[in-house]
Amino acid sequence: MKHEDVVCPFCGCLCDDLEVTVEDGHIVGVKNACGISRSKFMSHGLNRVSAPTVEGKEASLEEAVRESVGILSGARRPLVYGLSSTECGAISKAVELAEATGGVLDNTSSVCHGPTILALQQVGESKATLGEIRNRADLIIFWGSNPTEAHLRHITRYSGTAKGMYVPEGRKGRRIIVVDVRETGTSKMADQFIKVEPNGDFELLEALRATVRGVALRAEAVAGVPMDQVRALAEVMKGARFGVVFFGLGLTQSEGRHMNIDAAVGLVAELNRHTKFLLTPMRGHYNVAGANAVTTWQTGYPYAVDFSRGYPRYNPGEYTSVDMLARGEADAALVLASDPASTFPVDAARGLAKIPVITLEQKITPTSMLSRVVIPVATAGIEAEGTAYRMDGVPIRLRKLVEPTEGVHSDEEVLGMILEGLKGGAEK
Amino acid sequence: MKELAIRNGYVFDPLNGVDGEKMDILLSGGRVVEKVKRGAEEIDASGMAVMPGGVDLHSHIAGSKINIGRLMRPEDHRRDQVPKGRVTRSGVGYSCPSTFVTGYRYAQMGYTTVMEAAMPPITARHVHEELADTPIIDKGAFTLMGNNYFTLKYVRDGDMEKLKAFVAWLLRATRGYAVKIVNPGGVENWKWGRNVHGLDGNVEDYGITPRQIISSLARVNEELGLPHTIHLHCNNLGVPGNYQTTIDTMDVAKTIKPRDERKTTIHVVHCQFNALAGNNWMNVRSGAPKIARYVNGNPHVTLDLGQVIFGDTTTMTGDGPWQFNLWNMTGNKWVNSDVEMEAGAGVVPYTFKPNNPANSVQWGIGIELALLVKDPWRVYMTTDHPNGGPFTHYPEVIAWLMSRKARTDAMNAMNKAVMKRTGLIDNYREYTFSEMAIATRAGTARALGLEGKGHLGQGADADAAVYRVNPTQWRPSQYKELEKAFSRAAYTVKAGEVVVKDGEVVATPTGATHWVNAKVPEDLEKEFIKDFEADFRKYYSVSLRNYPVEDAYLPAQRVHAAGGASP
Ligand code: SF4
Ligand SMILES: [Zn+2]
Repeated sequence: MKHEDVVCPFCGCLCDDLEVTVEDGHIVGVKNACGISRSKFMSHGLNRVSAPTVEGKEASLEEAVRESVGILSGARRPLVYGLSSTECGAISKAVELAEATGGVLDNTSSVCHGPTILALQQVGESKATLGEIRNRADLIIFWGSNPTEAHLRHITRYSGTAKGMYVPEGRKGRRIIVVDVRETGTSKMADQFIKVEPNGDFELLEALRATVRGVALRAEAVAGVPMDQVRALAEVMKGARFGVVFFGLGLTQSEGRHMNIDAAVGLVAELNRHTKFLLTPMRGHYNVAGANAVTTWQTGYPYAVDFSRGYPRYNPGEYTSVDMLARGEADAALVLASDPASTFPVDAARGLAKIPVITLEQKITPTSMLSRVVIPVATAGIEAEGTAYRMDGVPIRLRKLVEPTEGVHSDEEVLGMILEGLKGGAEK
Repeated sequence: MKELAIRNGYVFDPLNGVDGEKMDILLSGGRVVEKVKRGAEEIDASGMAVMPGGVDLHSHIAGSKINIGRLMRPEDHRRDQVPKGRVTRSGVGYSCPSTFVTGYRYAQMGYTTVMEAAMPPITARHVHEELADTPIIDKGAFTLMGNNYFTLKYVRDGDMEKLKAFVAWLLRATRGYAVKIVNPGGVENWKWGRNVHGLDGNVEDYGITPRQIISSLARVNEELGLPHTIHLHCNNLGVPGNYQTTIDTMDVAKTIKPRDERKTTIHVVHCQFNALAGNNWMNVRSGAPKIARYVNGNPHVTLDLGQVIFGDTTTMTGDGPWQFNLWNMTGNKWVNSDVEMEAGAGVVPYTFKPNNPANSVQWGIGIELALLVKDPWRVYMTTDHPNGGPFTHYPEVIAWLMSRKARTDAMNAMNKAVMKRTGLIDNYREYTFSEMAIATRAGTARALGLEGKGHLGQGADADAAVYRVNPTQWRPSQYKELEKAFSRAAYTVKAGEVVVKDGEVVATPTGATHWVNAKVPEDLEKEFIKDFEADFRKYYSVSLRNYPVEDAYLPAQRVHAAGGASP
């Protein structure tokens, strides 16, 4: 059977034009997908966690859930972490679970686009859905982001080469500029590459902003970029009919972090006095936008939410997982749709190894290997349906293409079982 | 079957001509009925006011815009933290409340139905996900259409038939309840960083005017027989002198023939922001008398207030260029969010200050509109939550409308401009309980065409509020008590179930989402789809198949027919 317009659950682009062929309950073909996506679709059945385990030993689902309930109800400061690679129903249950245990809820924002959110809370943001950029943008700047490696179809579907309403020529109708510390795949296809010194983004952004404002800077170069080039870039930006800056971890995770985004927001706001200009983060995890959205509408805060007082409190740097774990504050963790043991800094990963961990996972990962309880779950977007939010906030419904293995449930269902167990315990 | 009797209250049910009579309201199976069995649960409402559940026809409670507000304002949440209760979830309140808290707080004030006023089609799922997480109350959402590519295209081509097919299709696809228009043409121009100025400005790339957009959508709205009129945020919002644009806009819909029972053809939202006289913010005056004179002479118009509440709030509209101006005026943080093919939005925190002359005039304009429009059925109480202020301040607005002393006390504490540049000090009108019931439920339900809401006649939805205030003894000087009574309902009943008791939430059922299933003849539908699909494929960043909202997003739904046909 052929499924059309399937949504890809593997990066923030959330391409929704895939064609997936299923035979005998197995995926046998994927069309329109990028290489990363195709291989993930085709290999989604490999290396699967075959059964729930408790302390490394195979257990029934009931036993694993019971053990999880025990761990969480015995914990003083449990941490619920991950969320960014599952659908919104599961995220919603995770919020409830963190609330029920008086724990802390956090998602991968704390290691990727957290600074983007902090900047938004500081100064704001000017953004658009991706179709808007495809239809109108004649100037596209990739700043510290490299879609040719991280978001493979971004350029063809939404930005660089895509044809749009007011850019019917596609690539020829757009000027593409890359600002980065080194040449990348994207810079090779760009019209211009501007090499900024490592950790010099803040300076360069501020210099551009001042120049757009008409302030004459006396420096000869800023962050390794000659002043002439800065002035020329400012002119190009002002002269665009519709410009956009796509930024990535090169900006959020380099020195300055949220200050870099502050500066970028300021520059873009300034440019709006001259023309239309937007700023859009390139989000990696396919539903990190959804994790932030659900957590925000339910608690008021996007991540790093603490429920220990019965109401939500927010403090990135304090309630963020890396900090909680590095300080040794969390005494149990529930991890879903994420692999912190391999992505966290060493001291945080070490902190994780010291406490009882419950992991909901499809595959065997470093995190699942150090977990006391592992519960296999269905892959959202392949074996379970639900909502995901694209990097620009457009919500799309993920589809269920094949049945999960007998006895394997979705993240949402497993979280629901644990939650029921916790509530049952509370009533007794 | 669950049955409930609300006994001996003073009932205000203006749609059925009941004005404070002492009577019993009997509820069974989610409806108002004539009889209940012995042993039915009883509420003793003696000495209290009983009304249908409140119906808010314009509020921003769900979707990407309010969620941006929540996201960008941790400092706002800090002042209003809501702990988890026995039956309630935790969350935050004040100007951008979390979804759970939104449901609880409306119910605590006796409201049982609330309409989200601006839903961008491509993010409709987001709106519905949040509405599904908004407990207790019934709800619906208005679909943004005034700057939609297809609207502009069909208006340009003068193709009213396809426009009609499009409006019907889009309401279905988004599970929307009404046609919302925000700064028609202006939001489209904003996509190039510009705006339109006035009704006859040029909508770039289309060569049409806001006037044409409004009249076309108003006509199509009535020809489809939609339950509510077009729901319009006028051009030139927040521009001193704009009252004239507002009157001219109202006049555009004058010659449109309304659907059968309804006499109105246009609803103008948060009119306070569009009733400014004067020519700049330094000399801004009330344009309310001029607007009221027009409304009093023209039965086709309804409006809501958008009342200002002093304090810190978060403004959010689908009017990107206005939010940009506001950001320029305040220097506060600014979020702009443009939506491909359809719409846009902006969010900027704002503080209304009582000592600021312009703000005090704005405060006066809202109240003045409510008092000068003679027909209470055509002017409704809102704060355009959270633009004028959070909905939780409704009880204060009620007090200002029902008590001249409440207004005078308020005016004495604010800038004197309110005395000089509005006519409020010379206005002695005080709303009666019945008029208040009209402005907050009966009138709004009627304007929305929600037949089961806003009244307590046989067969009505079993949504009711009991307020701890004795209308036979209450005097306007006791406005503080009134405020208290309307802040915390003695009882709120939703679908026959007591959900609030003594101001506390005691049950959190799921409310239904209302939407309108409008239809056009099949061949027209086909012709439209062919044209629509071709452009959709070229210009949207999602596939058409993934665009319409699936039923999974509406855990409980109530489908309304258009034009009297069955859904
Ligand atoms: S670009 Fe991203 S969303 Fe698109 S197919 Fe590749 S992995 Fe999937
Ligand atoms: Zn509004």
